Amino acid sequence: MSVLVIAEHDNAELKPATLSAVTAASQLGGDIDILVAGSGCGAVGEAAAKVAGVAKVLVADDALYANMVAEPLADLVVPLAPNYAAVLAVANTVGKNFMPRVAALLDVSQISEISAIESADTFVRPIYAGNAMATVQSSDAIKVITIRPTGFEKASAEGGSAAVESLAAAGDPGLSTFVGEELSKSERPELTAAKVIISGGRGMQSGDNFPIIEAVADQLGAAVGASRAAVDAGFVPNDYQVGQTGKVVAPELYIAVGISGAIQHLAGMKDSKVIVAINKDEEAPIFQVADFGLVADLFKAVPELEEELKKLPPA
Amino acid sequence: MKVLVAVKRVVDYNVKIRVKADQTGVDLSNVKMSMNPFDEIAVEEALRMKEAGTADEVVAISIGVQQCQETIRTALAMGADRGILVKTDEELEPLHVAKLMKAVVDEEQPGLVILGKQAIDDDCNQTGQMLAALLGWAQGTFASEIKLGDGSASVTREIDGGLQTLDLKLPMIVTTDLRLNEPRYASLPNIMKAKKKPIDEKTPEDLGVDTAPRLSTLKVQDPPQREAGVIVEDVAELVSKLRNEAGVI
Repeated sequence: MSVLVIAEHDNAELKPATLSAVTAASQLGGDIDILVAGSGCGAVGEAAAKVAGVAKVLVADDALYANMVAEPLADLVVPLAPNYAAVLAVANTVGKNFMPRVAALLDVSQISEISAIESADTFVRPIYAGNAMATVQSSDAIKVITIRPTGFEKASAEGGSAAVESLAAAGDPGLSTFVGEELSKSERPELTAAKVIISGGRGMQSGDNFPIIEAVADQLGAAVGASRAAVDAGFVPNDYQVGQTGKVVAPELYIAVGISGAIQHLAGMKDSKVIVAINKDEEAPIFQVADFGLVADLFKAVPELEEELKKLPPA
Repeated sequence: MKVLVAVKRVVDYNVKIRVKADQTGVDLSNVKMSMNPFDEIAVEEALRMKEAGTADEVVAISIGVQQCQETIRTALAMGADRGILVKTDEELEPLHVAKLMKAVVDEEQPGLVILGKQAIDDDCNQTGQMLAALLGWAQGTFASEIKLGDGSASVTREIDGGLQTLDLKLPMIVTTDLRLNEPRYASLPNIMKAKKKPIDEKTPEDLGVDTAPRLSTLKVQDPPQREAGVIVEDVAELVSKLRNEAGVI
């Protein structure tokens, strides 16, 4: 039996998290097919066909799927699912939205946000904001799974030559209409794709102080994040939030500035390769997970960091 | 319009949980239990609709052990009108909860069901979407704003990278995100009043729902621990270590 991976994309590009989902699919065994549902998404279909290890790419190109709204997308996926042993999607806000709808329509218990695969029916997933790891076994005939991309290496984006087939749109269930989107405009990389992230917490005191972090981000080509405390205090918008209730990230380098290290924040970044903490409170729990800690006033240390980075010769 | 809100009894968000030594689960004995924080937001939103005159009755439902009654009482103390407890000692999966809620929705015929986007114990983020699927209704998940209209509602959703607005047909399901509202605290007089509000008890058998498990938990373990690293003296040392030891800049 084969595995169906639902591509994450923006109608122009295949998102790297899809490559992690392909790796997860390869661990389940069998052929790997990718479904690209979108509008004007032909280039995404071609990119998906090049991913190493993919057998077939199904492209459903219709205005109905332009924004991957849950109701029509679920109706597209459900009739395909019985051909597969498992259906996989990335646990981002699209996958989290439509996949449980697919699972319920198939009468299947979904397994959410798995971080490891033990066998074709046994999976590891974090519970209690990552404070415990549960190993669960599914008895459902079709496994409906969302994956945490940080748990799986990315498959190679090149080297494959899958067949591309077009798939007719399913009907419009007539329940939902897309009205609009307000996306944060940023020249910086997206949090979930960035190699370096610098995040600010309650210690930043105000949104007006975030430019000192942004200046460091510009030196490092980094994304800017925040703790839930900083978001709740209104310093920055919610889409900056790193943590259990925000984004789960695992960059090469994570710099936590003025972040105490609440459990819910740690759950979102503790898989980062190298963690740096800058905090004036030496008792802050963030130092227990940091590879490098600097006990200092951030308003002095962060501008100094920017200056030091400017002086640094290219690697 | 009647609004149904789902409230789950979970380990309080301030509690540092402990994994049981025999790896069968998380130790729940003598642990403070509270209403799931996202569900408090759901109750608050329903109450605001009632105060604005767009909802005429707010019904709180909880599914689980007898003590879930306390969670319903909390919702009643916040201002909900009555409660429904679907009592079971079985450990339920979101699919089962969605099926039980569908049976209750069939009886109660609410115009809107509001749930938290996820429970902070199992972190599944499934029940609202599954309930919408089983009912054939629209789903406005991770909502940060709801504007009720005539026959439909405009729901603004928190998505990766920003906000998305959908126009969804009523009746519908909404799941709450953090910024939808700030839930109120129950006042003492309202806590007293809540004791007299009715709670109807049912069982999965009454509702004709099969709750046989599809998943079995083989073990629950502590997450891998990170070792604490070194404290550096100053920014220059930090930059030097990141460049020369860690090789990440």
